Amino acid sequence: MNGELEELRELYQEMIIDHGRHPRNFKKLVDHSFCQEGYNPICGDRITLYIKVEDNVIRDACFEGAGCAISMASSSLMTEQIKNKTTTEVRQLFEAFHHLVTEPGPIDKLPDCLGKLTVLGGVREFPSRIKCATLAWHTLNVGLENDFHAQSQIVSTE
Amino acid sequence: MNSCERFVQADKEINWTALREDFPLLSRQMHGKPLVYLDNAATTQKPNAVIERINHYYRQENANVHRGIYELSERATQAYEDTRDKVKRFLNARQREEIIFVRGTTEAINLVAQSFARPRLKPGDEILISAMEHHSNIVPWQIVCKQTGALLKVIPINDSGEIIQDQYRALLNENTRLVAITHISNALGTINPVKEMIALAHTNDIPVLLDGAQAVPHLPVDVQVLDCDFYAFSSHKIYGPTGLGVLYGKRSYLEDMEPYQGGGDMISHVSFENTEYNVLPYKFEAGTPHIEGVVGFGAALDYVSAIGLDHILAHEQQLLDYAAEALQPIEGLRIIGTANNKASIISFVMNTAHPHDISTIMDYEGVAIRAGHHCAMPVMERFKVPATARASMAFYNNEADINRLVEGIMQVKKIFG
Repeated sequence: MNGELEELRELYQEMIIDHGRHPRNFKKLVDHSFCQEGYNPICGDRITLYIKVEDNVIRDACFEGAGCAISMASSSLMTEQIKNKTTTEVRQLFEAFHHLVTEPGPIDKLPDCLGKLTVLGGVREFPSRIKCATLAWHTLNVGLENDFHAQSQIVSTE
Repeated sequence: MNSCERFVQADKEINWTALREDFPLLSRQMHGKPLVYLDNAATTQKPNAVIERINHYYRQENANVHRGIYELSERATQAYEDTRDKVKRFLNARQREEIIFVRGTTEAINLVAQSFARPRLKPGDEILISAMEHHSNIVPWQIVCKQTGALLKVIPINDSGEIIQDQYRALLNENTRLVAITHISNALGTINPVKEMIALAHTNDIPVLLDGAQAVPHLPVDVQVLDCDFYAFSSHKIYGPTGLGVLYGKRSYLEDMEPYQGGGDMISHVSFENTEYNVLPYKFEAGTPHIEGVVGFGAALDYVSAIGLDHILAHEQQLLDYAAEALQPIEGLRIIGTANNKASIISFVMNTAHPHDISTIMDYEGVAIRAGHHCAMPVMERFKVPATARASMAFYNNEADINRLVEGIMQVKKIFG
């Protein structure tokens, strides 16, 4: 039973409660390169992500939305972690994060790039909550893809 | 063969503790703690009588129905049709032909939308629903409106979660072709004054469909007293198997309706030029039905009938009062749905924790509740909440379960402040 409570504490770490309650970068970014909505129809979590990209580097990242502590904290931590990273680095970070929250059982070595994001590792013990943690990241991924295609379309019309 | 009769004495002093033991799943543990199951509005647990009946069917009676000229098939048919008679008595329908077995409440409503409403609707006609409907009593009407050019009108609800009757009166007009409302709201617990609402619709010759999915497990339903034209409910919410439901319809309407699906069993003669449909109720039961489910459902109806829905209602109302009194004083907790007339369903939100977080923490306390929009997104929008946590009680729940719910909420407060 103690082990089970441990799992629960692992999920709801201080930093997650803090970011869930006081999300960072929680605002509309008027000067954005793209804005992407993300929605989890099963649980109703909803975010709008605003990203400013310059020369393939994320210069700013903000979000608005409503959802559970996990989805809000994950969005908040993501916007902190991706700033000033190249889009390639962000894609690698997405892979590492996805691995962190979906791989069952303990992980021996965490990639350094994850930084604070490791606090979300407890989610992997809660299959019904993994989507809460990955919503922001999937939203970012779709946004980056669309942005990439939009850019190349502009290029192709010239 | 009612295993629970022994607990229901002549003076109807019911031993609720003994009845709880009829449900084997309720004695299991969850995360190292005894399970407290409070998601009965989603589905109910099954008593031994139902589990054993299905087991017996497969061991002793399994054959296809309405076909075989041999004793086993006749027995299966008998068991299947016996349940139809039980449903007829349970709802106090006039005739067994008015009882159609379908896959669930959802299919029952879709059947009425497509076979009854669709051929009768013209552009500009109106279908009237309420703002507290489950998606299954919204989307089938949206589909048929799109097909026919009819309009979907919605009766608003007040801050307590009650249908605003003045608005209902105002919305009924010469274009209204059907009223479709829920008997009890799954998200709010509101018991609607359906008898009065039906009478009002009938003064304008408008037929009424009731979504009874949440009502049949909690209160006695008499379709003749209500005078509803259609009544839909699901077996699994009243202690029976999943994948099965009932559509009650007044015979005069059912006779006039085209079949919903074509196939075996619903025909009397087939040639490539023409097909004659079977008589009621078989006209609406195409294909091999959910025989095992129907047979098990018969055992479920026997079980609840032996206890008596009037007793179940009284007992659950006590539980509801106990739960409401326990939850109301909790700081930062708000109950959504405070109608005067309510079934044993309590939806709530907390100012520090989202319903999903509440549900995860509750789960670790061994308490199963539902978190989300409860397939009633417009209700969530009406109360300006993204989701709610919902504890829904059955007669087998008790005050100790409610105390565990409160302990779980305290655990949420400990983590989220």
